[in-house]
Amino acid sequence: MEHTLTPGAVLGDRPRPEKNYLNETTGIWSWMTTIDHKRIGIMYLCGVSTAFLIGGVFALLVRLALLNPQHTLFGRVWVTAETYNRFFTLHGVVMVFLFIIPSIPASLANFVLPMMLGAKDVAFPRLNLASFYLWVGGAIFGITAMVLGGVDTGWTFYTPYSTTTDGSVGLMVMAAFILGFSSIFTGLNFIATVHKLRAPGMGWFDMPLFVWGIYATALIQILATPVLAITLVLLLLERTYKIGIFDPAYGGDPVLFQHFFWFYSHPAVYIMIVPGMAIISELIPTFSRKTIFGYRAIAYSSVSLALLSFIVWGHHMFVAGESDLANVVFSALTFLVAIPSGVKVFNWLSTMYKGNISFETPMLYALSFLFLFAIGGLTGIFFSTLAVDIHLTDTYFVVAHFHYVMMGSTVIAFFGGIHYWWPKMTGRMYSEKWGAIACALIFVGFNMTFGSQFIMGGQGMPRRYFNYLDKFQPIHAFSTYGSWVLAVGLFMMAINLLVSLKTGKRAPDNPWGGTTMEWESSSPPVFHNFEHQPVLEHEPYDYRHRTVTHV
Amino acid sequence: MEWLRSALLPPQGSAFAGEIDFVYMFILWLSIVLFVGIVGAELYFVWRYRYVPGRPTPHQTHNTKLEIIWSVLPLLLCVGLFFWGIDGYMKFAVAPGDAMEVQVTAKKWLWQFEYPDGTRTVNEVHLPADKPVHFVMTSEDVLHDFYVPDMRVKRDVIPNRYSEIWFTPTALGEHVSTCAEYCGKGHSDMHAKVFVETKEKYEEWMATGGDEWMKHTPEEWGKIQYEQKGCATCHSLDGAKSKGPSWKGIWGKMEKLQGGKTVLVDEAYVRESMLQPQAKVVEGFEPVMPTFQGLLRENEIRGLVAFIKSLK
Repeated sequence: MEHTLTPGAVLGDRPRPEKNYLNETTGIWSWMTTIDHKRIGIMYLCGVSTAFLIGGVFALLVRLALLNPQHTLFGRVWVTAETYNRFFTLHGVVMVFLFIIPSIPASLANFVLPMMLGAKDVAFPRLNLASFYLWVGGAIFGITAMVLGGVDTGWTFYTPYSTTTDGSVGLMVMAAFILGFSSIFTGLNFIATVHKLRAPGMGWFDMPLFVWGIYATALIQILATPVLAITLVLLLLERTYKIGIFDPAYGGDPVLFQHFFWFYSHPAVYIMIVPGMAIISELIPTFSRKTIFGYRAIAYSSVSLALLSFIVWGHHMFVAGESDLANVVFSALTFLVAIPSGVKVFNWLSTMYKGNISFETPMLYALSFLFLFAIGGLTGIFFSTLAVDIHLTDTYFVVAHFHYVMMGSTVIAFFGGIHYWWPKMTGRMYSEKWGAIACALIFVGFNMTFGSQFIMGGQGMPRRYFNYLDKFQPIHAFSTYGSWVLAVGLFMMAINLLVSLKTGKRAPDNPWGGTTMEWESSSPPVFHNFEHQPVLEHEPYDYRHRTVTHV
Repeated sequence: MEWLRSALLPPQGSAFAGEIDFVYMFILWLSIVLFVGIVGAELYFVWRYRYVPGRPTPHQTHNTKLEIIWSVLPLLLCVGLFFWGIDGYMKFAVAPGDAMEVQVTAKKWLWQFEYPDGTRTVNEVHLPADKPVHFVMTSEDVLHDFYVPDMRVKRDVIPNRYSEIWFTPTALGEHVSTCAEYCGKGHSDMHAKVFVETKEKYEEWMATGGDEWMKHTPEEWGKIQYEQKGCATCHSLDGAKSKGPSWKGIWGKMEKLQGGKTVLVDEAYVRESMLQPQAKVVEGFEPVMPTFQGLLRENEIRGLVAFIKSLK
């Protein structure tokens, strides 16, 4: 048995089991009908990665269209305003509904959450598979809508534009509706799993912080997503039967749509970011080889972010026709979000203090996360301050801000998580060298692409603009060059991971010296995750008890 | 720090732009200090506590005093910023009683302004300097947003509702307003020019509509109207199909209309198409053009006719 030379790896001293979840049964049918959370997690990982590729191609096309104000490539005009509007709409819809909402919970958490609890599977394995097929169904609707003419409403489907424009809005709305149920089922499953399937001896405050984060996320998923479903049904009814709900032409109220929409879509932002933070809470103690600082504060901050997420939706509408009183109240509530976010950052930093820090690829992503999330979080203060928000909202400043939170934080954490659990999921180690180079390119490319957009936004460049003033040309071009660097980094990361499946070294059971239960299984795990029921013997992240024990 | 402000924010065109910029710059410096603190600590720890094989780490689980400090201090900071933010916001929430009122109507994809005396303009608005102006805005179709970066004002323009903004323009010269709420194909071309003028110049403009037209040939004047009044959004000059027929070579043509009739494109038809665009719609196009009745001065209609005539 080969071992990597990763510093701190706890080498398994037992032979690798012959049968694991990947080779227990074979054939495509055994995958399509599986109720194993690990296989479903892997299928989700393939699915959301494909969605990320599609959404990413649209992103590159958006940036390419803005390379110069004449929209020329090799001297020829190649894109019109209508096409550009479809590019950014499809980029948003695919990235939000098909990629980032299911990304961490449905793929990584599906795989590791039951294992972190010492469970054999999630509470409702069949529901888990049903949730995956709903995702596939939603994806099929979405792709059909793209092929049949596309959608030009923006991912927010604001009325009355969305009820009056041409295109496959109905199909795309159906896609989002179905994907919502997929998300609800996943959340429901995780809540039941966390409540009922913890290993003997594991109390609520013995759970890994990743589980706390995913649990908080699941609460938002089941409470907020139904509101999106209701809103989208109302939108479809209005579009089809001309019932006046949102469109003033039939006596409706367009601002009501925004309230309904953001009542889901603001909590949805936390469906995206809280799992990312949850991954970072695993990576930092593992690679600092030190117990997490302020375990309870981090756990509570996840839950309080989930609760706060329900009462700040109005900050998306400061200039949209909300009353001044509502604006003031939402501004105050929004500031509160800074506190739990800050608490997490300070706790992560304190965990690194006096640690023993090594720089494997997952940790490089965690360190990038701290840098990018600091920018994403601090630029949020500009928006919660009412007087400044008025100037900056609906400009590139907000585009840059939420990409720093969504892409710079959540997606970077997702990449960190993939690299962290890759040896467990696949039984293979990837090249650390290429992993590090890819991470560096992604970091540089990302900052080039979106850092520059803060300047354009402050200068007054509105978002969703096909044509722009000549003075923005150099910065737009710089941002587009950045997107190319970012794309190269992403491809390098993907190739590194895929190559490892063929030629990677065999992974030991616990390559990073992690302290949570999933590392007690073999790599890759056996069908039922553990050969024996693991029992909690010490708190998570306790580096005074480094040896992994089995009953 | 003026260089940094002007690198990050547009010129200050209104009376409260300076105050808003001050809050912006304060938050910026606060963010820079916090960012340097966070990333500085990160980098220092990474270097100071880099991996040494076998080195044990202390078992520090928490520190209640420290955790209370780093929760309460940011909270106090946030409370302060909150009050500062609403203070600035409230100053421009309600327009003063003596403000000049301008009615704004937005539609795909142009801005129309109406002055108290009934003067109407499209895609340009003239304002006297140092006098508060109050825009009362509504939309005829979808959501739009009236955003003048130099003035630091922005507000959605909503069908079936009125929304308002006000400001006191201070910087003489030309400023640009943009549409900041996505409204479809012409969204990014939906600009209006905001001219801030001295009192005398403004009054002269109000009286005469300006004497600009006398400085141009009718064709040139028509071309300026073509660009300023929003014609360019839907009518191309190179034959390309858009929302409306291209003007290239249209003069003197027999056009097929919806319903099968034909019409000769002459002075009478072009004039009618501007003032009653729904009357005779060319086949293959939708009746989407808004009327320009009352929006075009006589010299402007004559210019447009001459301009179309010149497009062979």
